[in-house]
Amino acid sequence: MTRTRRPGISRRSTLALMGAGAMTVAAPWVARAQAKTIKIGMPTILSGRVAQLGTSSRNAVMLEVEKVNAAGGLAGRQIEMVIRDSKGQPQEAARVARELVNTDGCELLIDAEASSGAFAVHEVARDLGVFCIHTNSETSALTADPKQHIPNAFRTARQGVHDSIVGGSYAAAIAKAKGLKKWATCSPDYAYGRDTTAEFTLYLKRFAPDVEIISESWPKLFQPDYTEVVTKILQAKPQALYSCLWGGDLTSYIDQANIYAMFGQMEVFAVNMADYTALTVVKNLPKGIHSGNRYIKTFPATPENAAWGDAYKAKYNEYPTNWSWENATAVMLMAEAAKKANAADGKKLAEALAGLTIKCPFGADGTVTMRAEDHTLVGYAIGWGTTIPQEPYVPEVKAGDWKTIFELEAEWKKSKGYT
Amino acid sequence: MDLDALVGCLSSSACLVTQTTSGLIIGMLLFLVAVGLTLIFGVLKVVNFSHGAFYMFGAYFAMTAYQLTGSFALAVLAGAAGTAVLGLIFERVFMSRVYGADVLMQLLVCYAFVLIFDDVVRIIWGPEFKSMGMPAAFQVMPLFIAGGVVPPYYLLLIGVALAAAIVLGIGLSRSRIGKVIRAAAHNPGMVSALGINTGLIYGGVFALGGMLAGLAGALAAPVRSLTPGMGFSVLIESFIVTVIGGMGSILGALIGALLLGLIRSFGSLGFPLFTEGLMYLFMVIVLVSKPTGLFGKEAA
Repeated sequence: MTRTRRPGISRRSTLALMGAGAMTVAAPWVARAQAKTIKIGMPTILSGRVAQLGTSSRNAVMLEVEKVNAAGGLAGRQIEMVIRDSKGQPQEAARVARELVNTDGCELLIDAEASSGAFAVHEVARDLGVFCIHTNSETSALTADPKQHIPNAFRTARQGVHDSIVGGSYAAAIAKAKGLKKWATCSPDYAYGRDTTAEFTLYLKRFAPDVEIISESWPKLFQPDYTEVVTKILQAKPQALYSCLWGGDLTSYIDQANIYAMFGQMEVFAVNMADYTALTVVKNLPKGIHSGNRYIKTFPATPENAAWGDAYKAKYNEYPTNWSWENATAVMLMAEAAKKANAADGKKLAEALAGLTIKCPFGADGTVTMRAEDHTLVGYAIGWGTTIPQEPYVPEVKAGDWKTIFELEAEWKKSKGYT
Repeated sequence: MDLDALVGCLSSSACLVTQTTSGLIIGMLLFLVAVGLTLIFGVLKVVNFSHGAFYMFGAYFAMTAYQLTGSFALAVLAGAAGTAVLGLIFERVFMSRVYGADVLMQLLVCYAFVLIFDDVVRIIWGPEFKSMGMPAAFQVMPLFIAGGVVPPYYLLLIGVALAAAIVLGIGLSRSRIGKVIRAAAHNPGMVSALGINTGLIYGGVFALGGMLAGLAGALAAPVRSLTPGMGFSVLIESFIVTVIGGMGSILGALIGALLLGLIRSFGSLGFPLFTEGLMYLFMVIVLVSKPTGLFGKEAA
């Protein structure tokens, strides 16, 4: 049977006509709106186990965007954030990023993904040529590896290798002073845990050659119970323990190690301890855990940093996280770059941003710099200290020396074949 | 592989005591979750995929009760009682409607509730992880038994779980209610014909299973961080336990859970990179040599 076409206008062509009509009516409005506002897309993790960090990224961005908009916007254009949940899945992060640019009309991207997602979004930025700042991925290779380098992508997160150099030299100084030769490690069994632990021990041994790693444990990520790991470490009787467990895993581990009185038997170096998400949750925080700074409002000990931490707390009723300062810095840098370029266009913004130094509450000397050669943030506050069970949690942080960091980083890049 | 460490441990009493108790702790908590699962399967013939959620609710109820009252005993009670009520409601309102349906339907209902329960926890308690903290009474130095380290809290934990196992075992085999439950598992039509309300039995068994998982969650709350979705990994391990021990067998759940606990604690010494693998390997061996599990009965 053949279908006969009814006379008159078909449904399809009616739709097409209506669509065209809508376009003509809407087009001028879109053009005007674009001149006024600029959309910034932001894929981040708003559900699942890491949701707290994603939310804190969003909070920090909104806090800063409000300031920028109040001061006239990005080169005169008001910022409109479009924030989407990637659920922490790389393929979803890439899809969301693409959609933000192609469908939602975002001209710039803030990629607030963990490392797995960041590499996926990076490929989208490479493909679409859209301006993109990675705010949370600390994996060194993202910017250190020249194969990853693209002119339109930047990173405002701290970098794994910087942390390892500072952590290694800090730990080595204590190892020498206290004669800590036998070390154990306990880190989550995935790329971040493996890489960070390897880099830390590399620099620890470099600064303190006597150190020997006598026991390694690799619990699964999000493992609920660490009892067998705790008792294994107790059996090995190390003098010191390094761990890069984080978040709920770290607090579980501390609670479980506490009842074995582990913290009295060895010096513990937990790089991710000094973050408010962990510090405020652990009920019986042991005294004297060594930790790297993540975000803490007392380091750098400046009124600007304290004011920023308090303003965030006042607005969101909780303290900022490591991801918060990294995201806030991204917005601060974009605002300054737009001022310098007098444009909010991605290409001009990228040119202005490379090599830009701005005043920033999270800077070691009150400023941070977007290094021109590899588009990664340097000069941020980085240091280690020991915990106490109540505020300010880490009363004194020993600052890392950026001169040493630069020297050793250059050497590390060479050894990796990056330069 | 680090066989030296394992052999060294087996020949030292200190290490043996520490690792054995560590295996017992892991095993006994797992037992409480797994036994509920196996009990529900034995009587109701449904695999409760949402069982992990009861473990999660037990922990959250306990934390809230502890924050409100400051009493750890009340916290554990709240965890167990709260999940029992939840189990009863869940069974009467939802699960009872899918008993006749095929397995896929039951699985979908349970899986839907895994997601719903996780989001309920997120709405009530927030998405971030929480920690209940160790009650002051247990913030003491660990005991040293034959050179091995044993935290007093874990002794309590093992004791409570063991007591639950004994009460359950004796209750089911000796008491009148236990006999009715076993009869209902065997021939529900006949039990119902004798004038016994099988719906009540089913609801009761589901509540009991939920309560045991909730008890495990409440006991784990002081040492494990609380987060939406925390029941999932526990559920997977309980499945391994029931597969090893035999679906429907309480003794099987106990033996399976303890074996898994010991595999974890000693495996982490001898095979640090293959501890998880050992668990699954053991499961495969049991499945191949005795597909119904160590204590499972052949299907009639």
